[in-house]
Order: sequence, then structure tokens, then C-alpha cells
Amino acid sequence: MLAWTIYLSFAGALLLALLPKGNHALARWLALAIAVGGLAVGVVGFVNGMGQGLTEIVNVPWVPSMGIHYLLAADGISRTLVLLTGIAAVSGVLFSWNIEVRTNEFFAFFLALIGGVYGVFLSFDLFLLFVFYEIAIVPKYFLIAIWGSTRREYAAMKLALYSFVGSAMVLIGLLASYAASGSHSTGLVALAHAGLPVSFQMWCFPLVFTGFAILAGMWPFHTWAPTGHVAAPTAASMLLAGVVMKLGAYGCLRVGISLFPHGLDPWGFSFIGIGSWRDVFALLAVIGIVYGALVALVQTDFKFVIGYSSVSHMGFVLLGLMTLNQIGMTGAVLQMFSHGIIAGLLFAIVGRIVYERTHTRQLAELETMHLSRRMPFAAWAFVVAGMASMGLPGFSGFVAELQVLIGAWMVKPWWVAAAGVGIVVGVAYTWRALQKAFFTDSRPSAHELEQEHKHPFAAITWPEVTGVVLLATVSLVVGIYPRILLDAIEPAVKALLEGVGR
Amino acid sequence: MNYTDLFRVTLPETALEVAALLVLLVDLGLLRNAAVKVRAAVAALLGVVGCGVGLVLVLQQGTGGLSFESTHELLLATGGFTAVAQAGVLVLTALTLLLVIDTDFTRHVGEFVAVILMAAAGGLLISGAQDLLVIFVGLELLSLGLYILTAFAKSSGRSAEAAMKYYLFGGMSAAFLLFGFSYLYGLTGSTNLHEILLGLYGPHAAQTAPLLYVAIVMIAAGLGFKVAAVPFHLWAPDAYEGAPAPAAAFIASVSKVASFALLISIGTAALHVLDGGHGAMRVLLTQGNTAPQPNYLGFNIPWSFVLTVFAAASMLLGNLAALAQTSVRRLLAYSAIAHAGYVLLGLAFFSYSPRSAGAILYYVLTYGLTTIGAFGVIGVVERATGSDKLDAFLGLHKRSPLLAAVLLVLFLSLAGIPPLVGFWAKFNLFAAVLSVSNDAICMGLVALAVAMSAVSLYYYLQVLKRAYVQPAVDETPIKVHPVSLIVLLAIAAAVVLLGVFPAVLQGWIAGFYPAM
Repeated sequence: MLAWTIYLSFAGALLLALLPKGNHALARWLALAIAVGGLAVGVVGFVNGMGQGLTEIVNVPWVPSMGIHYLLAADGISRTLVLLTGIAAVSGVLFSWNIEVRTNEFFAFFLALIGGVYGVFLSFDLFLLFVFYEIAIVPKYFLIAIWGSTRREYAAMKLALYSFVGSAMVLIGLLASYAASGSHSTGLVALAHAGLPVSFQMWCFPLVFTGFAILAGMWPFHTWAPTGHVAAPTAASMLLAGVVMKLGAYGCLRVGISLFPHGLDPWGFSFIGIGSWRDVFALLAVIGIVYGALVALVQTDFKFVIGYSSVSHMGFVLLGLMTLNQIGMTGAVLQMFSHGIIAGLLFAIVGRIVYERTHTRQLAELETMHLSRRMPFAAWAFVVAGMASMGLPGFSGFVAELQVLIGAWMVKPWWVAAAGVGIVVGVAYTWRALQKAFFTDSRPSAHELEQEHKHPFAAITWPEVTGVVLLATVSLVVGIYPRILLDAIEPAVKALLEGVGR
Repeated sequence: MNYTDLFRVTLPETALEVAALLVLLVDLGLLRNAAVKVRAAVAALLGVVGCGVGLVLVLQQGTGGLSFESTHELLLATGGFTAVAQAGVLVLTALTLLLVIDTDFTRHVGEFVAVILMAAAGGLLISGAQDLLVIFVGLELLSLGLYILTAFAKSSGRSAEAAMKYYLFGGMSAAFLLFGFSYLYGLTGSTNLHEILLGLYGPHAAQTAPLLYVAIVMIAAGLGFKVAAVPFHLWAPDAYEGAPAPAAAFIASVSKVASFALLISIGTAALHVLDGGHGAMRVLLTQGNTAPQPNYLGFNIPWSFVLTVFAAASMLLGNLAALAQTSVRRLLAYSAIAHAGYVLLGLAFFSYSPRSAGAILYYVLTYGLTTIGAFGVIGVVERATGSDKLDAFLGLHKRSPLLAAVLLVLFLSLAGIPPLVGFWAKFNLFAAVLSVSNDAICMGLVALAVAMSAVSLYYYLQVLKRAYVQPAVDETPIKVHPVSLIVLLAIAAAVVLLGVFPAVLQGWIAGFYPAM
């Protein structure tokens, strides 16, 4: 059933690529229909999967002589992230409603990217997972390079090369573990049971983990993220922050930790308190949390604020993964979902609703525009999104970050102390952006009022309202009743931890 | 050996030669006054028919070959990987010929097609050659054809310059090769690959080290030139840039397939001697190493060491130099050097199992297919814009959406992006290398290869960026000849389908090794 999310998206991409050019409305509606179809399949799959563990969807030999299978399966983590992808896809199409240049190509690349993302979340064969992972790279490049803004070609190339270098590291790990396990199978379960030597895992784990973590925006390999997010068209930044960064984190979890659990073992010596790869990556995650927040605090470009906040929030995901305990890792998966929704909402407001009307993202210029009065919808939507992003109770971010912090406290309290600084700064930069962009103190002069009256902003359109409501509702629902997702995530994390012997 | 056997074994070559003569006869005799377009179409179609007949004949031949009756020394092999390589040569030649239909660089299309066919016959010959003399004759037949093809655009100074450089380098490398061959003969008293290796490494081998090293380096230089391995690659960028597009496609594909098939022959012969029942392998490998490793030569013979050096140098220099190119043809030339590097890695870590040979053949066949398509696109763009610079591709998606789509598929495949065939070829090759040995050196080399293919994405994207992203200077549509368009679309479709269903071609290749 869930496999249809993949086929539907790729079929849609192909259809849109072949569609006669010039019929923008048809392309939009078709893309929306396909995205909604994918989401519907995802929801049905999620509901049906409740209470079930790992279920196989498709399993056919792909290259029999090398033990490669076309193996799709899903557990609670996969189902949650497929759901996220569906929501991100629908809202992404809604917020791209105003694309007028090469519309059908845009949606073709968009759906190809979505199809690749669905594929990664559902693959249980390492080779297949890698194939989908790389399929997602090329559409990103074209989405940013063709339809982007600020320094788009630079940002697109940087993003593509970072991704490709990361995936090259993963490919080396894939080849090495395939060879080391005796070259019988590339199935994730088979490889996990192949008994890879500890010394092998010790070097392969950091390689693969870093390869995936590049895409998750791990400091110091995060620099593609802010530039990429800023240059990308709105829908692409929503997808980048919403699901593509999750691909990286998911790979860290599903491949890095599950296949090479001994890579996290202590080295046997410690240097300034760091005695294992686990400490190394946890430290990098904490640095990412604090660094991302501090840099977001001083940005002059509204979108860069959100871009760096993504780096900070993804740090929580990586920190949660490194706790290696039930509550921390559950929190990490929930944070993937939560950040996907919230970052999507923030980018939609900044990149689509505000930028398309004001044609500037400079906070200093927005300050003079009195947006709270002229665009109350955008202002209040951003208040909601900002509260969610700060981690206020009642929104999904709170539940997720709290769990990560509790999990981290159980391992090393100082991680929490450092990450707490990041949360405080997170409140500050959201507040600052909110105030500068929307709620300025100064009163408009008579001349300004006249100008505003002459050139009113375009009215908020229905796709924008629908998209904002969709995303805000999801964040709120998960925040108020997190059990919906936790019931799926917790057993899956439990099974995963048992599998790696923790 | 009798003449019936000789005739039977060389039937595919004969088919090509007959087709070549027929092309000349029809073109110069019957169609003397016809329009160039008609002559090109007739000549190319005749050639394609010849290739088709050759293909049928190749596939009908059983495993075995032609040998001297008195000594059982094999002259020409048939079946096995030879058949795969020969089938590849024929299919790729046919595709090249179909691209010739839409050309205007020469009025002498009959001769052009005939020379392509004769060179392809040389390619068939070296794919199966097991004897130094046959190897040399085949190589010269192929090479002389390639020199002529490169020079065929007589009105173009670049074509003449490229051919001159290619010829001078080629002549020099042939001399090196022959010199190396003469040493081998002197050391072992035989011209047969197996006998030579038996003489060098067999139980009764004499101490031949210094002379052998000279011979190996000489031969490596000669064959390294054919596959454009660093440091013998200097001719490639010039030849690729100056040659007419179909000739460049032929050099980049057919000649590569045949040359790598020859290298596989050498590797297989070496392993056959060292591993295949002669008992020498154990002796050789247990020196200083108590655990015998069957199927693996590693650095124990200098040949592997030389190939490893070539491979690493080619991967590095090819990819790095390609970054700086502004001409797409030169870019493809450097990328070809890089790809040769990957394949040489597979040859350096070669095992006596179908796995290695199968992976290498898979790689060169699909690479040849992709690169013919790439030169097809370049040829069309070049005729429309008069240039092969990167900027000639500006706005290609507007000028010809189909051509741009073909370019996208082919270049992404060359960069190794799944689900295209280039990715599977690389994965398969590197997995084969690691299945031979996964010690630190081998792992490091594979890591280098993977890292370098990450680098290669940058320069392929440079072309695709012009085609898809940057604004067009000139938006007039580009007209593509229907035959060329169909061929290019078919190649792109094959690249996608073979990548999505990799087991199909792999199974077909593996089907030629019934015994193993």
C-alpha cells in the first residue's frame, strides 16, 4: 500500500514532464492531486500500521546474483516520516501556486524529489535506500538553480556537491560493508545480522554517519543549509528543511546506528572527556544547536534567520540519536516530524507570503513596512509558527525537544546545560525576527500611509491560507496529543534499540 | 589449424569486411551521381546490416577458438567474454553508423563508412586475440582506421592537427608495444599469451626479472595509449576535439571496448596460468605470506602494480583536468580518461571468476553506449551553433527539449547517478574489486574512485546547467534529423532501462560463462 506513494510521485513527475507547456493551471492541479493522493496513501498506511511492527510491503529479487532486493518495508518511524513527507508535499504545492515560469517542469522536479524521499523512508535494502537517496539530489539542484533567488547557482551547486560528497561517503560504507559481510545481501536486516567486525564498524560508522549527517545539517558541515534554503524557491526550501534534512537524520539512524552499533562503543581512551564517536557526534550536535541559534540572532536577512534556526533544531535530532535511549531517540524522531512541519510553515510565511509581496527579505527594510497592520494574516501566522519554533508547550516542538533533553540528561547532564543555552537564544532570535519584521514600534507617517494605500499588497490567496492552516493544525494537534505519533514511534525505537543491543 | 577453421572463426570479421567492400562498391559505383544524403543513408544502412550479420555470427559461435593443431596454442578465442566484447563492438559500431546518416563534414561518406567497418573488424580481432602477432595485427587494423577517421574532415584544420597528433603518438606507442612483445618472445620463445605466462610464471620459469620489467612497462605504455590512461593520455583531448563527431564517438566507444577486452584477455591468461591447475599460484603467493589467497594476484605480479598506478593517476588527473575545460568535447575526453581509470582499477584487481570480467565488460559496454549518445548530442549542437564550447549549450531545453532530455540522462549516467546505468556499472565494478580483496590498499583505491566520481558531478553539471538553467542567447529551435533523434532517444531509453533493471544485461553477460 505505502509503496504507491513512491510510484504515484514518479508517475506524476513523468506525466508533468511530458505535459504540453503553457498550461499552468493544469500542471498545478495535477501536482496537487498527486501530492494529496500521496498524503492520503500515507495517512491510510499510518492508520493501518498502528500497533504493527515492521511490515514488509514489497520484496522481489532485483539483482539476484548479488543478493540485492527491491525490498520496501515500514515500521513506526518510516510511517511517521512518510506522513511528514505527504504533508510537506501538499503544502509545498500549495505554496508554489504562483510559479509561472516553466510550471510543469517545476512540479515534475518537485514530485521526483518527493518520490525519492518516500523511497528512502520505505527502503529496507541498503542499496535501494542509496538509490533513492541519490535520486533526490538532482531535482534539488535544478529546483534551486532554475527557480531560486539570491545567488541561486552558487547555492544549488554547493548543495549538490555537499550532498554528493556525503552520499559518496555512504557509498564507500555501503561497498565496504557489502564486501566485509561476505557479499551475500544488501538487506538492512541481513547486514545488521552479518556480524561485521568491531574494528570494521569503528571506522565505517563515523564515515557513514558523517555522510548522512552532512545532509542533516550537522555542524561543521551545515553551511550548505542556510545558503541553500535562502536561495531555494519557497516550496524547495520547505522541502529542504522539511524532509531532505530528515533524509540525512533518518540515514544516520537507520543505517549508521542500526548497522554499525559497535561504532558507538568507547574507544578505550578519552581525550578531554571525549571517549567515543558517540561523544564526538553529541558534541557536534550541541555545538550545532548553540551555534545555529547564535548565528540566527544576528542575521539581517529574514530567510537566513529561519535557515540557521533549522541547523539549530536539527542539532536536537542528532543529539537525540546519540542518547541511545528510548526516550531520547523517540524525541529525535518526533523532532524530525515536528521540525519538518514548523520549518515548512516558517519558510512558507517568509518566502512566499511576505517576500512575494514585499520583494525584500531584509529585516531593516521590512521594519519600515508595518506588516502587522498591512498583512495581519502573515503576522499572526508567524506568531503561531514562532511559538511552535521556540518550543512552547502546546506545539509539537515542545514534546520533541523535551524528550530529547530528558534522554540526554540521563546520559550526560552537561549536554542538556549546553543545549539549554540554544533554547534560550532560540526564543531571542524568534522574538527579534518577529518584532523587526512585523511588529515595529514606529508609527507610519502620513506619506507612508498614502503610499501604502496606493500600492496595497495582493490579497492572501486560498492556497496560502489552506497551507498555513494545514501545517499549524498538524503542529498543534501533535503538541496537544502527541500519543498519535508516539504510539507509532515508541515501539519502533524500542525494536531498533533491542536490535543494536542497547 | 586449417583454412576451414580459420574461416569459421573469423566469420564475423569477414562479414564486416564484405560489408565494407560492398559499401565502397555501391557508393563509388552505383550511386556516384546521387546526393550525399542518399549515399550516406545507403552506406550507413549497408554497414548496419553488416554489423547485424556479424552479430548473429558472433552469437552463434561456441566457446573455443582457433589454435595450432600441433601445439594447441590458441590464436583466436571465441565465446565467453570474447563474444560479449565482440557483440558490444558490433552494436556500438552500428549505432555510430546510424549517427553518420546525418553528417555533412565530408562528401566521401562511402569511404568513411567503409573505414569504420574495417576498424571495427580490427576491434573484433583484438577482442579475441590470444597471440602477440594477432594482437598486433588487430591493433594496427583498428588504429590505422582511427587515424584516417580522425582526419576525415578535410576542410577542418583541427581535424588534421588532431589526426597528426594521434598518428604520431599512436605510431610511437605501437613501436613500444612491439618492442615489449619482442622481449617477451625472447624470454619465453613463444608468441602465445598462455605459453608466455607459463614461461614466465610456470613451474619451470627462469629468473627473468629485469628484462621482464622492461617488457611489461613497454607493453603497458602501448596498451595504456589505446585506452588513454595517464600518462599516455595526451592524444585524447586533441583527438576528441578535432575528430568529426561520429569518428570521436567511435574512438570513445568501440576502440575502448576492444582494447579493454584485450586487457581482460591478458588478465585471464595470467590468472589461468597462475591459478588454473599449474600449481604456480600457491608457490608465488605463499612467499612471505602464509595464507594463500586464491583468485587474487594483487601486487605479486608487476603487471597489476603498473595497472594500479595507471588507474589511480587516470582517475585523479582525468577528473581534475575535466573541471577546467570549456570545450565539451575536451571535457568528455578527460572524463573518458577518468572512466578508463575506474576500469583499470577493475583490471588491476582481477580475479579468475566471471565476476571481474563481467563487471568490466558491463562497464565498458554501457560507457560506450552512453558516450556515443553524448557525442551524438554534441554533433547536433555543434552543427547548429558552430561550436562545442560550454556556451553553445545555453538554453538547449528551449531549443530542443528532447535533445536536452537526452543530454540530461546521459550526463547524469556518466556522473553515476542512480537509477541510470552508469551508477550500476560503477557499483558493480567496485563491488567486484572489493570481492577480490578488501585490504586497506584496495579499499583506499575504491574510496578514491568514489570520491573522484563525486568530483565528476561538478563538471557534468556545468554542461547541464547551461542546457537547463541559464538563459538562452539564441532561442531558435534546433532541428534534429529523425534518424539521429530516434537513435539518441533509444540510447537514452536504454541507459534508463538498463539502470532500472541491471540484472538483465548482467545476466546476459554471465550467460556466456556456462562452465564456471
